[in-house]
Amino acid sequence: MTTLDRTPTSTPTQARPRRTWVGVLVAVLLVVLGLASLFVGVSDVSPSSVLTGGRDGDAAFLLVASRIPRTVAVLLAGASLGIAGLIMQMLVRNKFVEPGTTGVSEFATLGMLVTMIFLPGLAVVGKMAVAAVFGLVGTWVFLRVVRVVPVRQLVLVPLVGIMLGGVVGAVTTFFAYRLDLLQSLGQWSQGSFATIMQGRYEFLWIAGLMVVVAWVAADRFSVVGLGEEFATNLGLDYRRVVAVGMVVIAVITAAVLVTAGMIPFLGLVVPNVVSLIIGDNVRRSIPRVAGIGAVFVLACDLVARLVRFPYEIPLGVVVGIVGAALFLWLLLRRRSRAH
Amino acid sequence: MIALENVTKRYGGQTVVDDVSITFGGEGVTALIGPNGAGKSTLFGLVGRLLQPDAGRIAVDGMAVATTPSHELARNLAVLRQDNHVAARLTVHDLVEFGRFPHSRGRLTVHDREHIERAIGYLDLDAYRDRFLDELSGGQRQRAFIAMVLAQDTKYVLLDEPLNNLDLRHMTEIMRLIRRMADELGKRVVVVLHDINVAATYADRIVAMRDGVVVADAAAREIMRPDVLAAVYDTPVDVREIDGRPVALYYG
Ligand SMILES: Nc1ncnc2c1ncn2[C@@H]1O[C@H](COP(=O)(O)OP(=O)(O)OP(=O)(O)O)[C@@H](O)[C@H]1O
Ligand SMILES: [Mg+2]
Repeated sequence: MTTLDRTPTSTPTQARPRRTWVGVLVAVLLVVLGLASLFVGVSDVSPSSVLTGGRDGDAAFLLVASRIPRTVAVLLAGASLGIAGLIMQMLVRNKFVEPGTTGVSEFATLGMLVTMIFLPGLAVVGKMAVAAVFGLVGTWVFLRVVRVVPVRQLVLVPLVGIMLGGVVGAVTTFFAYRLDLLQSLGQWSQGSFATIMQGRYEFLWIAGLMVVVAWVAADRFSVVGLGEEFATNLGLDYRRVVAVGMVVIAVITAAVLVTAGMIPFLGLVVPNVVSLIIGDNVRRSIPRVAGIGAVFVLACDLVARLVRFPYEIPLGVVVGIVGAALFLWLLLRRRSRAH
Repeated sequence: MIALENVTKRYGGQTVVDDVSITFGGEGVTALIGPNGAGKSTLFGLVGRLLQPDAGRIAVDGMAVATTPSHELARNLAVLRQDNHVAARLTVHDLVEFGRFPHSRGRLTVHDREHIERAIGYLDLDAYRDRFLDELSGGQRQRAFIAMVLAQDTKYVLLDEPLNNLDLRHMTEIMRLIRRMADELGKRVVVVLHDINVAATYADRIVAMRDGVVVADAAAREIMRPDVLAAVYDTPVDVREIDGRPVALYYG
């Protein structure tokens, strides 16, 4: 009985898969790409032109009115979309879900269409609220539907979600077509930060706030990720945590949709990469997912601005290509690990 | 005490727990035995508020399971289910740490850390603490789950077939650990076992279920009789005395 007689050690060791290099790398990339984002564009904005032009110069104006808002918007959208995906993956206990593969984005888009048809004069914050409510309904519908799908049917779950999104998307397109609103619809289906300016991105701070909410409740989301039985045994109000998670997901989806449009794959790929590196303890994941999400969109946005300089290509295209490639790599990697 | 009063659970037309009244907690270690489908896991689910009874009342130390706040129950009662699938990529340390959740609510104190270290030490998991659960063998994973429950540090511990997947050495170590939890830490453990010899060796009391009903409930020695065991399992069982202990023979 040697092992059972071991006296408890009093010095808790902290050796865990911390991987500090990830944090350092992400921080460096954030600074470098963030600065690049401020100074890349058709008009000449460089540190020297800002300094020589003074406070009221053209460069300074452009920086404050356009470049800073765009960069901040990209950072907030990237970080919060990653978190939305992460939280959704914990709630559903499936690595292949995110707002875009579960019908949530499509529901939110339908909400946007509804405001356009019935409340065309609504302020942007109102539109966002309606989209968030629709997103919430979408999350709820999805969670209801997948409850009948066994948790271990990994691929079936997102498949159901994609079908759900397809149906809702078709309904949206149908009405947009009949009412001649297809063009406005297209504006949201392809994410882009090209038109972001001061006064037109601030709702993304609400998405940022949701990231903070997720961080505060991080341990609860981890426990929920163990499943309803474990969570109940540990005294967690399972339904309440799921409800909070649903709000986080819906609000982030709606805020990003209203300001930039749909950005696919991000919520799927980024949490999976982080999971591979450090695992699924949400408290540890959140800063990494937020950081890598921000870097990801920042990089894609820069590419979108530079590929056909001085023209921009839609960010959604770049994210789609890079995200799909990363996703395939993740899938194949998973295969080879026989899980 | 865990007290069940006239508890009934039905699935469709089938009654799987049938008007059961019983108390647990008087003895240190109680073994719950019975054939597959007898209703043992369902009974645990009911006590652990994972299932709602169709009739009857369940109380843990006077706290009604149906109405007491879940987080309060979680500091007094821990249940480990029979099948545990954790999809999340967590390390052993993470998992055991979550066992402290009812006490810490996410903010670990020095005291919580001591419990975590003790549980990891007891379950012989020091070498695996930073491994992800999906990088462990079935038995190592099972031990990690037991460590989590141990870290929860509740008076009542319900373990549904904790010996699943364990090799001989770890099986006996877990049973000795369960004994120590009762004898040294004052816990009340109810454990579902299929090996009646293990039950007879380590349990103070054996409760036998069949078809949703408690058919026998007595000290180990009184259950270890050919007629009782044959009635519970519906199969002939021979009982011999070896070194002063009853041993059931049921092969061949
Ligand atoms: N969700 C369910 N729906 C319908 N029937 C169920 C459900 N869960 C359990 N049952 C039935 O209830 C009965 C009791 O099941 P239970 O899991 O409690 O048995 P058990 O004694 O734990 O058996 P085992 O030794 O095989 O674990 C079985 O006949 C089972 O088929
Ligand atoms: Mg069972």
